[in-house]
Amino acid sequence: MLEPVNISLASLNLSTLMPMLLVIGGGLLILCIDLIKDNLHKSFYVALTVLILLIDLMATMGLTFGVNERGFFNVMLMDGIAVLSQVMILVASVLFIPLALTSKRFHEYSYPEFFALFLFMIAGFQFMVSSDNLILIFIGLETASLSLYTLIAMHNRSNSFEAAVKYFTMGALAAGFFTMGSAVLYGISGSLELTQIATAISDRLNETGIMFLLLGGAGLLLAAFAFKLSLFPFHTWVPDVYEGASAPLAGYMSVVPKIAAFVVSMRIFEMLINLEVEWIKTIIIILSVITMTIANLMALVQEDVKRMLAYSSISHAGFVMVAIALATDKSNVAVFLYYSLFMFTNLGAFTMLWVSRHKHRVYNTRFDHPYEKFSGMIKIMPMGAVIMALFMLSLAGVPPFSVFWGKIYLMSATVDAGYLWLAVVMGLNSAIAAFYYLKLIVYMFLKEPMKDVSSEVIYYNTSKPLLVTIGLATFVTVFSIFMVNPLIEYISTMIQATGFGI
Amino acid sequence: MDAILSILIFFPALAGFIGFGIDKNAAKMYGISVALIELLLSLVLWMQFDPSNAGMQFTEKVSLIADFGISYNVGVDGISLFIVIMATLITLLGIILLREDTKNMKNMIVSLLFLEMTMVGVFVTLDAIIFYLFWELSLVPMLYIIGAWGGKDRVYAAVKFFLYTFAGSLVMLVGLLAMAYLYHQANGVWTFNILDWYTLPLTEGQQFWLFLAFFAGFAIKVPMFPFHTWLPWAHGQAPTIGSVILAAVLLKMGTYGFVRFSLPILPDASVTFTPFIMTLSIIMVIYTAMVAFAQKDMKQVIAYSSVSHMGVIMLGVFAMNAEGLGGSVFLMLSHGIVSGALFMLVGVIYERTGTKLMSEFGGLAAVMPVYATVFGLMLMASVGLPLTIGFVGEFLVLLGFYKVSVIGTILAGTTIIIGSVYMLALFKKSFFGPVRHEKNLSLTDLDNRELTALIPLVLIVVWLGIYPKPVLDPINNSVNHLLTQMKDKAINVETKEAIIISKKEAE
Repeated sequence: MLEPVNISLASLNLSTLMPMLLVIGGGLLILCIDLIKDNLHKSFYVALTVLILLIDLMATMGLTFGVNERGFFNVMLMDGIAVLSQVMILVASVLFIPLALTSKRFHEYSYPEFFALFLFMIAGFQFMVSSDNLILIFIGLETASLSLYTLIAMHNRSNSFEAAVKYFTMGALAAGFFTMGSAVLYGISGSLELTQIATAISDRLNETGIMFLLLGGAGLLLAAFAFKLSLFPFHTWVPDVYEGASAPLAGYMSVVPKIAAFVVSMRIFEMLINLEVEWIKTIIIILSVITMTIANLMALVQEDVKRMLAYSSISHAGFVMVAIALATDKSNVAVFLYYSLFMFTNLGAFTMLWVSRHKHRVYNTRFDHPYEKFSGMIKIMPMGAVIMALFMLSLAGVPPFSVFWGKIYLMSATVDAGYLWLAVVMGLNSAIAAFYYLKLIVYMFLKEPMKDVSSEVIYYNTSKPLLVTIGLATFVTVFSIFMVNPLIEYISTMIQATGFGI
Repeated sequence: MDAILSILIFFPALAGFIGFGIDKNAAKMYGISVALIELLLSLVLWMQFDPSNAGMQFTEKVSLIADFGISYNVGVDGISLFIVIMATLITLLGIILLREDTKNMKNMIVSLLFLEMTMVGVFVTLDAIIFYLFWELSLVPMLYIIGAWGGKDRVYAAVKFFLYTFAGSLVMLVGLLAMAYLYHQANGVWTFNILDWYTLPLTEGQQFWLFLAFFAGFAIKVPMFPFHTWLPWAHGQAPTIGSVILAAVLLKMGTYGFVRFSLPILPDASVTFTPFIMTLSIIMVIYTAMVAFAQKDMKQVIAYSSVSHMGVIMLGVFAMNAEGLGGSVFLMLSHGIVSGALFMLVGVIYERTGTKLMSEFGGLAAVMPVYATVFGLMLMASVGLPLTIGFVGEFLVLLGFYKVSVIGTILAGTTIIIGSVYMLALFKKSFFGPVRHEKNLSLTDLDNRELTALIPLVLIVVWLGIYPKPVLDPINNSVNHLLTQMKDKAINVETKEAIIISKKEAE
């Protein structure tokens, strides 16, 4: 007979699990409420979700002061970057969920399951970022991804199903890569804990043939994360999936899953780079250069604003991926700074598309948001055009708008690491990117409106909560210059607390 | 007024925000009032300016991003003072010259006020990132002005203008970041304060690459040959006000950048690159002057002549002596005034006839005598006739450059000859001879609005042509200060020899 295992509750350190438990509990609560009372208006669920997320946010922020706690059989790791990325994920989610309250009815929001799934997805991301155990990372990743596939499909149009299935298939492939990669690392080290893997690899680094094993392990993991981060050559699903998903969800996908994937990439690849496995660095740099260049060139020829933004977010991800290759403290700060500023601007831009969204395609049989739709917007809706232009300029990296600060911080980190040529490539890529952002500005400001376009047509889907979100995004985009210093301070403290990088 | 520079920078922007709420019929008057207040403020700045102090005055400093060394840091010296005054003056006169029936007047005024903020900002900031911020931000209103009020190919011209400059300045940004990194390496603190950068010793290799990075940003803005191709497009398509501000102020940002960044931070590289810059500038002077002669469109003549004169300014900057550098700063002002006025004059005739082709005109001197007089005077100033503003700067530049290269000076001196050829040809074709079209007989002469805009410029052209001392003295003071700094910082003996500080200072 087996000996009973005695585990004290205190040793589990359940407070590290609190953030995830909160959202999972919240999701279950929403499902239970649905059992009791049917047909509650979506505003109820939106409000409830926001409240749950806010409590979660506070609980996570509370962990700031006890960073580097481990818990739950040591698989949970609440270090600096875990807390930081959870805060960012939650803030982005709080911004995202009110976008359900549009003036027109869209299919998915009439189901309470949408909100429950959304909360489960966040729990998945939170597990993913706050662990250094490859199995828990995998579980988190898959929980989040499976929920996300469903959320996309719930938009209930044929191309949403296509998008969901495409994303699912690609995601399954990535999951396959991830498990195989982890298996190889397990084979090398006999452990799934990244810290132990690091020790094992550094012990065996001088053995002949270890590099082949590492190439297998790290290469497969890199492929898996290249899918999630939409790096070349695994980026092809992005435009189709973004196009099929609803605009806010596409904006959300361009930020939150990427933050989570960046955190895990930091843990895995920076560990390897710090062990002086040089070729990983080279591969990542090559991948990021190709990613930003190809995505920028593809974005130039898009006819639909949403697809353009999809390519633009690929190129931004490629840009930030450089930071992973550099693996310095400053570059890690740059990743979080970049995404915390990019988050507002990009969500704002996608929200502007959402505001102008129709149930049926009015302008073009193929696209929801062709450029023509926005032509002459300055005459129809001056405020809207100015705000959209601000978002575009910010994405293009025109100072003093938000993304610029992330850009120079990252470029500065690149210069510090001695990669001047790379910084120049990044600069020139921003110049290419400026063209397609300008294209939208040119349509909005310098072209005549199409005959049948009026403000009701453009602002078909508007409502107060959407305007509030846009207002917030605009505020952060414009006044980011005053937020950068506190952000850098907070992020640096958290990164240093992680004791990680160089 | 301690915060006068901040007021100068942000007053137009604030007025621009409030301007969104002004009725469109009152927009022009609002623009004039704001620009007038701004001009008066800049004159107050001049009155309070201490001409004997060669360093930065009215400095203000607020830390913005302490961890990264970025602070809002402004100050003005003899070099930037007059460019700021010229920018505010040209903006005011440009707004006065706007026609009442300009479409979307309110948007125009608001864009101009934002543009004014960025122009003043570029010339008074002492922090590299804030400089970059205003530098890039100035593209946005200009993009809109060219794109919304321009000619047939306006969108192409506007986007070309934006992308060309944006690409160059991103390379410059890498240079700025590298500079900050080198400073951090040496002193352990992050700073983008260019006055701190002046004190940082750099090896020749570092200077070489930094110079190239800065060059990418500044040379495109100037625009140096062969990066000048965006300019004829921009001028050709821009509305009058756009061309005026572009030629008078925005191009000066490039040459100002060389004076403020490249020379004092990278003295050795500047001397190393002098032959290169000299070759490009001389090509630019002669080639664009010849291209100007071949143009049929009056505005294109002036656009190319403006590029040609920018070449002379570049020669002066890299003469590395007090005459050349001081002369080129003065030439920046005179070029701003003169080319601004010439673009206004072309705008005047274009508004009346709807064409800028010289072949359409002829005999205008008889129909519009006042117009012909003003045009003639500006044209003489552009060519560099003694006793006009154009002569002082051009003479000083050539004098300064003579010490560097005699042959170069002779080649560059042809600018006066070719310049007078194409300018007089323009004048002859348009103003003398028989009136070629019946309808030109009924053209009216300058009206009050146009005279208000042009007469101040005429007065300045004559005043500073006869008595440039009040402007030239503070400029020379600061220029000598800058050259002394360069000489102290230079690590090569050849560099120290190449930099000649005027005798008065050396004694």
